[in-house]
Amino acid sequence: MNPARKRTVRLVVALSAAVVLASALIYTSFSAASPALSPTQLVHEAQPGRSYQLTGTVVQGSVHREGAVLHFGVEDRVGGTTIPLDYTGTVPDPFREGREVIVTVEKQGDQFVGERDSLITKCPSKYKTAPPSEKQNS
Amino acid sequence: MAGLGRLCLLLALAVCAYGIGASLYGVRRGRVEFSESGRRSVYALAGILTVAFVILEIAFLRNDFAFNTVADTSSRTTPAFYRAAAVWSSQEGSLLLWAWLLSLWASLALFLTRKRMRDVAAYATAILLGFGGFFVSLMVFYATPFATTRPAPAEGVGLDPLLRFPTMMIHPPMLYSGYTLCTIPLAFGMGALLARRVDAEWIRAIRRFAFAAWLFLGIGILLGARWSYSELGWGGYWGWDAVENASLMPWLTGTAFLHSLMIQEKRGMLKVWNVSLVLATGTLAIMGTFLVRSGILNSIHAFGGATLGVPFVTLIGVLIAGSIYLVVSRRDMLRSEHRLDSLLSRESIFLANNLVLVGLCFVIFWGTYFPLISKALTGQEASVGPPWFDRYTVPLALVLVLLSGIGPVIAWRRATLANARRNFLAPVLVALLTLAVLLASGVQQKPFAIAMFCCGAFVFASIGQEFFRGVRARRAMANEAAPVALLALVRRNRRRYGGYIVHIGIAVLFIGVAASSSFQHASELGLSPGQSTRVGAYTVRYVRPTATVTPKYDAAHTGSTLSLGAVLDVTKHGHHVATLLPSEGYYASQEASQGSVGSLIGGQPVSHVALDGGVTRDVWTAIEPDIETPALQRIVKIGNRTLPPEDAVVAIGYLARAYLQHPPQAQFHFIVSPLVMWIWIGGLIVFGGGLIAIWPAPSAVRRRVSMRSRARAAHGLARA
Repeated sequence: MNPARKRTVRLVVALSAAVVLASALIYTSFSAASPALSPTQLVHEAQPGRSYQLTGTVVQGSVHREGAVLHFGVEDRVGGTTIPLDYTGTVPDPFREGREVIVTVEKQGDQFVGERDSLITKCPSKYKTAPPSEKQNS
Repeated sequence: MAGLGRLCLLLALAVCAYGIGASLYGVRRGRVEFSESGRRSVYALAGILTVAFVILEIAFLRNDFAFNTVADTSSRTTPAFYRAAAVWSSQEGSLLLWAWLLSLWASLALFLTRKRMRDVAAYATAILLGFGGFFVSLMVFYATPFATTRPAPAEGVGLDPLLRFPTMMIHPPMLYSGYTLCTIPLAFGMGALLARRVDAEWIRAIRRFAFAAWLFLGIGILLGARWSYSELGWGGYWGWDAVENASLMPWLTGTAFLHSLMIQEKRGMLKVWNVSLVLATGTLAIMGTFLVRSGILNSIHAFGGATLGVPFVTLIGVLIAGSIYLVVSRRDMLRSEHRLDSLLSRESIFLANNLVLVGLCFVIFWGTYFPLISKALTGQEASVGPPWFDRYTVPLALVLVLLSGIGPVIAWRRATLANARRNFLAPVLVALLTLAVLLASGVQQKPFAIAMFCCGAFVFASIGQEFFRGVRARRAMANEAAPVALLALVRRNRRRYGGYIVHIGIAVLFIGVAASSSFQHASELGLSPGQSTRVGAYTVRYVRPTATVTPKYDAAHTGSTLSLGAVLDVTKHGHHVATLLPSEGYYASQEASQGSVGSLIGGQPVSHVALDGGVTRDVWTAIEPDIETPALQRIVKIGNRTLPPEDAVVAIGYLARAYLQHPPQAQFHFIVSPLVMWIWIGGLIVFGGGLIAIWPAPSAVRRRVSMRSRARAAHGLARA
């Protein structure tokens, strides 16, 4: 085979390999992804056995612990639907009532269960837009 | 003072605008004095921003709460060390840090290249001042660090307790140095394309800065991992969080560039690829900066509806479009001078390494931005978790480590069979021996971890062999003792042997990652004093509770009002191993609604992790005490009702005593992970190797000096 042809063949092989790998990557990302939903959306759309990223606010007065299980409710940012959750695993330091959280959940029967160690708390004090000092002033 | 700060920013903006104009006019019209003036405006920018930064730093140290940023991120109870670091904990302060570091590094780069490539440097000056101007205008128009409130509040909110960790002092400056240094190769790369001078000279000029960017970014990432491991109460060092990923991506493309530039220097190949990598690295660094501030992706690090989305997206758009236009329009100049001779050559191994690194970067990019991609394509926001990342990154990391052992020893152009046998026989045997020992010793069957150990052994052997051969050759030539020969060898080929040391460090680091993630034992449970539990081979007993009150006596020196913890006794087979004191710190909040006592401990509680680090394993512990028991809540309620704020601290003493007398069950998190320490040791080795590689070689300095003296002599002769 002449060198120019050899190079073309090599390039075609390399490019097709790259395309195959990229398609695998893209395909699996869609099948492995968990949709991000608010409590209201979750109630309407959740199917058993699939995992979802639940985003909302921890309901005031809903947090209590029973052994290793942490119970708390998550509601829409503006109130409304509340989802009670059973969660085990690491609880981030900033977790508390009234804070925004993201947690991966799965529907088991009628109950929603948080995936182990999936709880993330939004940190309200970092890079906030309206500092309290301005609020004090106004 | 704030007025002076604001003036500095306006002046800085004017200097940027002038400098851009002067450099472009100078290079376009061939007026050297204007390009020179443009370069000097970068120095001026550095001076002005230094003044601005010092003003802000002084405001923090003096508790000048009239500054909004000081009131929001510092307080009198924040220890002085953390007040100094609090400057960059706010959006505004971190923008100033970014711009300031950019001006310093850009000054250094332009100073070192002042005698070379005047046209490329002039364009680079304009581009760097463009970045400077962008960040300064963000501070002037969107988020000014010098905004004030009169009358000044009596007390500030305090630095977020999570950030009260010693590396807070160096992690952000390191990371930002890495990010800002990434823009220097970008500026010179664009400059070379604009000036149509795409030979190897611009690459030689920025090589050291590309390396420094890579090194600083790497250290910044590792310090972040260390913070996550020893401060956040989850015991991990990497979580594929969007902000972590954002800093890793330019590091990966930067690594690729550092390898492929050698091919351009040696063989004049891969010019399009190299210049694209440089442009991509700079753009990814800007995207990383943007991600923290935009709030477009969910991350534990970046929150609050930040407002800098539109300007950043515009900048990134301009960068991408400009890069593509420049590379496409200059493609004729970027033709390779040679072709790949053989698939078994150092060039092709470097190329493979580049493909793996860029592949890794693509995987991480896709996963990180997947929520946006999925929203755009399907209308439904969705995200991928760590298992998805692991599925692709683990095999790619294996290949990468393997290549880091092959690359340094394989021949350039074309490796012969004899050459391959000579270089690879010993390393392959060592890797196989490692495999046999691991299988025989009955290590748990974790294929990826075992493969990583074997790849690591291969790297140690192949690089050890290189050192051995080098030393042997020197000894034969100069008749030196082995240590002297080793030192001389490294000193004379800093870049080469520094690079080898970096490879060893990376292999050590990955072995630490593989071992600690695959063979970890973890346990989370509630214990009362006297109870114990088993974690792996260790027994942990909760001996008794601990409590400290007032920021003055806070054992961790982070300024917590109350700290509740435990004395843990760790034993292995009945022998005492360590006594650990994990605790949780409670901080004051500014919310009056919590009551006089409640607000003293109403801030965010933070875990103070206790760990027994060792070369074979770490025993890691964290505690989450129950402060919501009826007895403790009663004390808070009575205190709120009866005590005025100035006396409220008395109740904290009662709380501590009540907790010690009747300690409720506390939640514990125990982790035993093997070889974690080698991640940090590997990082230190990389750092050491990097410093060796980056240090100017004595011969180069001498050459420059002698050239200068020769030029001076010639000048003198001409005048005589």
